[in-house]
Amino acid sequence: MIRSHVLICAGTGCTSSGSRDVKAKLVEELEKNGLTDEIKIVSTGCFGLCANGPVMIVYPEGTFYSCVKADDVPEIVSEHLLKGRIVERLVYNDSVGKAEAANEEPVPLSETRFYKKQKRVALRNCGVIDPENIEEYIATDGYAALGKVLTEMTPEQVIDVVLASGLRGRGGAGFPTGRKWSLARTLVQDGGQKYVCCNADEGDPGAFMDRSVLEGDPHAVIEAMAIAGYAIGATQGYVYVRAEYPIAVHRLQIAIDQAREYGLLGKDIFGSGFDFDLEIRLGAGAFVCGEETALMTSIEGKRGEPHPRPPFPAAKGLFERPTVLNNVETYANIPQIILKGADWFASMGTENSKGTKVFALGGKIKNTGLVEIPMGTTLREIIEEIGGGIPNGKKFKAAQTGGPSGGCIPASLIDTPIDYDNLIAIGSMMGSGGLIVMDEDNCMVDIAKFFLQFTVDESCGKCTPCRVGTKRLYEMLEKITSGKAELEDLDKLEELCYYIKNNALCGLGQTAPNPVLSTLRYFRDEYVAHIVDKKCPAGVCKDLLSFTIDADKCKGCTKCKRNCPVGAISGEVKTPHVIDQSKCIKCGVCMSNCSFGAIEKK
Amino acid sequence: MKSLAELAEIRNKMKDKVSLREGSNDIRIVVGMATCGIAAGARPVLNTLLEEINDKGLSDVATVSQTGCIGICQYEPVVEVYQSGKDKVTYVKMTADKAKRVVEEHIKNGKPVTEYTLKESE
Repeated sequence: MIRSHVLICAGTGCTSSGSRDVKAKLVEELEKNGLTDEIKIVSTGCFGLCANGPVMIVYPEGTFYSCVKADDVPEIVSEHLLKGRIVERLVYNDSVGKAEAANEEPVPLSETRFYKKQKRVALRNCGVIDPENIEEYIATDGYAALGKVLTEMTPEQVIDVVLASGLRGRGGAGFPTGRKWSLARTLVQDGGQKYVCCNADEGDPGAFMDRSVLEGDPHAVIEAMAIAGYAIGATQGYVYVRAEYPIAVHRLQIAIDQAREYGLLGKDIFGSGFDFDLEIRLGAGAFVCGEETALMTSIEGKRGEPHPRPPFPAAKGLFERPTVLNNVETYANIPQIILKGADWFASMGTENSKGTKVFALGGKIKNTGLVEIPMGTTLREIIEEIGGGIPNGKKFKAAQTGGPSGGCIPASLIDTPIDYDNLIAIGSMMGSGGLIVMDEDNCMVDIAKFFLQFTVDESCGKCTPCRVGTKRLYEMLEKITSGKAELEDLDKLEELCYYIKNNALCGLGQTAPNPVLSTLRYFRDEYVAHIVDKKCPAGVCKDLLSFTIDADKCKGCTKCKRNCPVGAISGEVKTPHVIDQSKCIKCGVCMSNCSFGAIEKK
Repeated sequence: MKSLAELAEIRNKMKDKVSLREGSNDIRIVVGMATCGIAAGARPVLNTLLEEINDKGLSDVATVSQTGCIGICQYEPVVEVYQSGKDKVTYVKMTADKAKRVVEEHIKNGKPVTEYTLKESE
């Protein structure tokens, strides 16, 4: 008789912080204490609080343990699981009203700052069910939407519900999903093959929303793709997922095999006469393959390069046939829209952006991890409440959304409600959901350079504006950060940005200049400081920095001299030391070693 | 999968197994499982409660959980029943048979078994 469930996160985040060892130790300890028949261990997908991994929840108490190490397991077993005494020191407790809640009752997880403002729709099963067990998915109403669609609804009705829900593509561009399906159904009606594809080629640096859905709730994507297949008249689907996501690929394959075994993929599903099957195609990790035309070219087995649109995939996509391509998170919303109705979904969010959005919070933020919020939540709520603020008492400077195609939101716009249209209006974009927080120590020119470096590396080289243009842009930024630029270079920089935007072949090139343009828009003074004053205000760009020793503070302990890797520091014991600027490589070792705070970075 | 009925069957079979993770039932039955409780025989009581709740289809209504020492070791095994809007009921010197009656009369029919409570046995 099982009396307690212990859920351990087996997402990539917690796996890398050691959740496998924790699980192995738990199995061992349960055996030792004779609890194997009473306590069930469940490996789940991501809980979202990756910064505090490995995380573990014990039900029915709902106790949330964070930063659990294998060494903590014997205590959890002997105290909590055997005797029912919660191990307080490991409990995650960052509740909203911590002072008032200091009674003996543990604060429910939903009341902690991290979870209170979240609304989990696409992630509803992540951290709740065992993703490798189809029956647990069925227990939480899984495949009921597919059953409803196949037995009660016509394809047109399905499309109408998706249209009415207001769901827009979660990959970033925000095209209405219902319209995409409707076009794929109606544009070509020759009775031939159509395809349903899933874009799981998540490529933005720091983004892991889609990976977490596939790892935590793979059946939701499979179910939604079958629904899409029914809606547009397709019998074959492909999931294009990058090979760098081994856990996601592994679980998705298990899920597909189980769905076939249960007859939820294959021939004559639910006795309706509808056939649908799915296959995985592994991508090699090229960023451009997240672009829809390049993705489909890659599935066809050719080199992953984009081609001009039109024709759009809805008319001529994979193997030149009508194709629907949606992102993982978009699909994850579909089964619940079918079950709970379009009105339920449309009741969340803002005027033109319905539902919720998953963000991968990263950068200078306390709670790095995965969050899902209703559209219209402000950046301030995400950063200060859910994210727990900026560590080390630093000041918030900007947030970057949309990855290499997006832009920066400065601190002055922190109260902007996040939705598709607002983000475009302030020069950024929703993107797939990467949200990188920056504090006063980040140089905005350096950030733009970082993203440009990424696009230069990832440009497929097919069109000149992107291949040559982004490289030239990068060189101009390098000129600025090394203090060799003139003010008129800023105008040239901007001109080239617009040229690339207007002339590149695909989305990658057209959006590549965005990080430059948005930092120029909000942080022009930083660019000017690099060019005119030859200074990097944040103290990041090495060429514009110099380390000096304050002779009044230096005690002559020789520590810096001994640690300098290039022998740039000279001086006798008990006399002030000096740094030779021509030898200094600005590594900062002297500064971090100085016990007297005598070394200054300017 | 040939029919919706088949799907519903799996769902119903699995639902109880997953519902434990919702953990927000109206009634909470807490068994004192400290050393004193275990020594006095709390484990069979806990197991009986779990089985009875499950067999009678009450797992959507009541959650069985465990706690540490309640502080009245001479009365162990102790079982406490919490229900919103009602006073806490504390059962003492519990046995597996008593647990069966508590589930039947208190949890299912809403009438606490007063003869097992702390006040009555004092």
